[in-house]
Amino acid sequence: MDVHEYQAKEILASHGVAVPPGTVAFSPDQAVYAATELGGSHWVVKAQIHAGARGKAGGVRLCRTYHEVQQAARDLLGKRLVTSQTGPEGKPVQRVYIELADPFDRELYLGFVLDRKLERVRVIASKHGGMDIEEIAKNTPDELLQVIVEPAVGLLQFQARELAFQLGLNIKQVSRAVQTIMGAYRAFRDNDATMLEINPLVITKDDKVLALDAKMSFDDNALFRRRNIVDMNDPSQSDPREAQAAEHSLNYIGLDGEIGCIVNGAGLAMATMDMIKHAGGNPANFLDVGGGASPDRVATAFRLVLSDRRVKVVLVNIFAGINRCDWVAQGVVDAVRAEKIEDVPLVVRLAGTNVEAGRKIIEESGIAIITADTLADAANKAVAAFKAIK
Amino acid sequence: MSILIDEKTPILVQGITGDKGSFHAREMIDYGSNIVAGVTPGKGGHIHHGVPVFNTVKEAVKETGAQASITFVAPAFCADAIMEAADAGIRLICSITDGIPAQDMMRVKRYFLRFPKDRRPMMVGPNCAGIISPGKAMLGIMPGHIYSRGPVGLISRSGTLGYEAASQLKELGLGISTSVGIGGDPINGSSFLDHLVLFDKDAETEAVLLIGEIGGPQEAEAAAWIKENFSKPVIGFVAGLTAPKGRRMGHAGAIISASGDSAAEKTEIMKSFGLTVAPSPAEFGATVAKVLKGS
Repeated sequence: MDVHEYQAKEILASHGVAVPPGTVAFSPDQAVYAATELGGSHWVVKAQIHAGARGKAGGVRLCRTYHEVQQAARDLLGKRLVTSQTGPEGKPVQRVYIELADPFDRELYLGFVLDRKLERVRVIASKHGGMDIEEIAKNTPDELLQVIVEPAVGLLQFQARELAFQLGLNIKQVSRAVQTIMGAYRAFRDNDATMLEINPLVITKDDKVLALDAKMSFDDNALFRRRNIVDMNDPSQSDPREAQAAEHSLNYIGLDGEIGCIVNGAGLAMATMDMIKHAGGNPANFLDVGGGASPDRVATAFRLVLSDRRVKVVLVNIFAGINRCDWVAQGVVDAVRAEKIEDVPLVVRLAGTNVEAGRKIIEESGIAIITADTLADAANKAVAAFKAIK
Repeated sequence: MSILIDEKTPILVQGITGDKGSFHAREMIDYGSNIVAGVTPGKGGHIHHGVPVFNTVKEAVKETGAQASITFVAPAFCADAIMEAADAGIRLICSITDGIPAQDMMRVKRYFLRFPKDRRPMMVGPNCAGIISPGKAMLGIMPGHIYSRGPVGLISRSGTLGYEAASQLKELGLGISTSVGIGGDPINGSSFLDHLVLFDKDAETEAVLLIGEIGGPQEAEAAAWIKENFSKPVIGFVAGLTAPKGRRMGHAGAIISASGDSAAEKTEIMKSFGLTVAPSPAEFGATVAKVLKGS
């Protein structure tokens, strides 16, 4: 799960990381009010979306007057912001963050990530903040600083201190940077984050160390014990179909093909999509109905897949293990009848336990279902059915 | 021969009295697995499916000599159950549970390091279908009847894609020595590599089918090792060619987040290290058959 910049900063601040004073606003008037409350003479108005590269896309505005603050908020709110990370459809801007703008001397990079290879938290820092970590890694690979956290003891003070000195900070800045690095680590660990990026981490003229931008992602598997993070969820930032799927604990990812897929198991679902591509078609979605594939889950899956208007053919591929094919087949037949989807070509491939009984149910249903025996057969028939429509 | 388990391996079921634990314990017993004990805190002294239930893993191991364990424990408590098994001297731990927090798994893997290498537990999963040595024993939740016994070692991250492969092999009259599901999470108990080492020494295994997916460095690491060390032919496949970057494809671990994570990149790496790559997921069986014929 992702959160907005202002939420990530709230979390960081509560762990002792210094952030510039700021307030979230939902309307232009509220934005101006926020600026007057914050005081000062320069403010940054930042679009809050779950994606980076906002600056280059015009989502971050420096303002010198209240009028400019109002204008910036008016420009951004209610629009969809398209950045290099959002895809062409962009993300809706429903909140802006008004932050006091202070001049700063240096821009650094500080990141924390769960390293899958090492199975440890990796801390990454660089003197060259303000650009993507990919760019930093490409442009100045030798200057990328890294520390690996030993899980038994957590990040140690001396590790943070070493990083701070390697970043070329003076002694006053070092103690503040250590506080920032240790605080950010605790924010990462204590909230089950999978990624935390402070970019840039700035050093002000008066030696303050401030998190100017912050991004955090959290482990979905740990949300059961992170109520505070769940409460920060902003459903407007995800695809509505994906949000709907999540409500039914189905895994759905929308793509842009024409063949809708309903499959049990994540690996088989990906393989089915690959197979459609291999057969010359394009999958419309990834959808894992899970091991259960009960009749009502199958019905929900049909509704979801068919809510995508691009879908012209539906392919159901179920490898029944513990649940039986006859049960799954009954679910498919019931869903087709209940959802009245008989005008969409439907290819069904069942395999595994009680496959004969399952096929019999489909044959005897009288519904025009195209049955397939193997994965290849299913993909070929689905692509052929789509080409027949064209 | 086979790897990890056979009909003699004494097995313990953690969470045997829960719905899932109870159902799958029955299935495993019916398949022929040697289930000797169950553990559910508070249910010690009961008998379930004819198997004695204990409060702690330590007691169960002391009384029954269990050597392998399978956990059907809710995600919030599963890491603790795994470490309890390790502490009690269980040498093979299979975790079916889907949804264990990554930081919990990090702690589990760190905890394992306290054991000297020759006594360190082997863990399979989490979020996996388990292990089966066809005709001998099942330590998992797979439908046993789709596997037949034979010369192919199978390692797969995905459960159902593993079933797909097993049934394609059976269709062609090819069987499996042992099938291991290593699971779809970002941090696994064991990797492709851990099981390749065992398959290398297993006389019954003549070739290995390795089914990966997007996300993580495991497939590339295994492929590099195979080129230098593995004596038997390996057939590889990576699912998720059509998966978009940055999106989690069901499995928590199936996400393209770093370079080298995509299916296309991993497939290229496999090829460059001399693996035979199945051209599509519909050709697992045919590709293995071709390789076995040629070798």
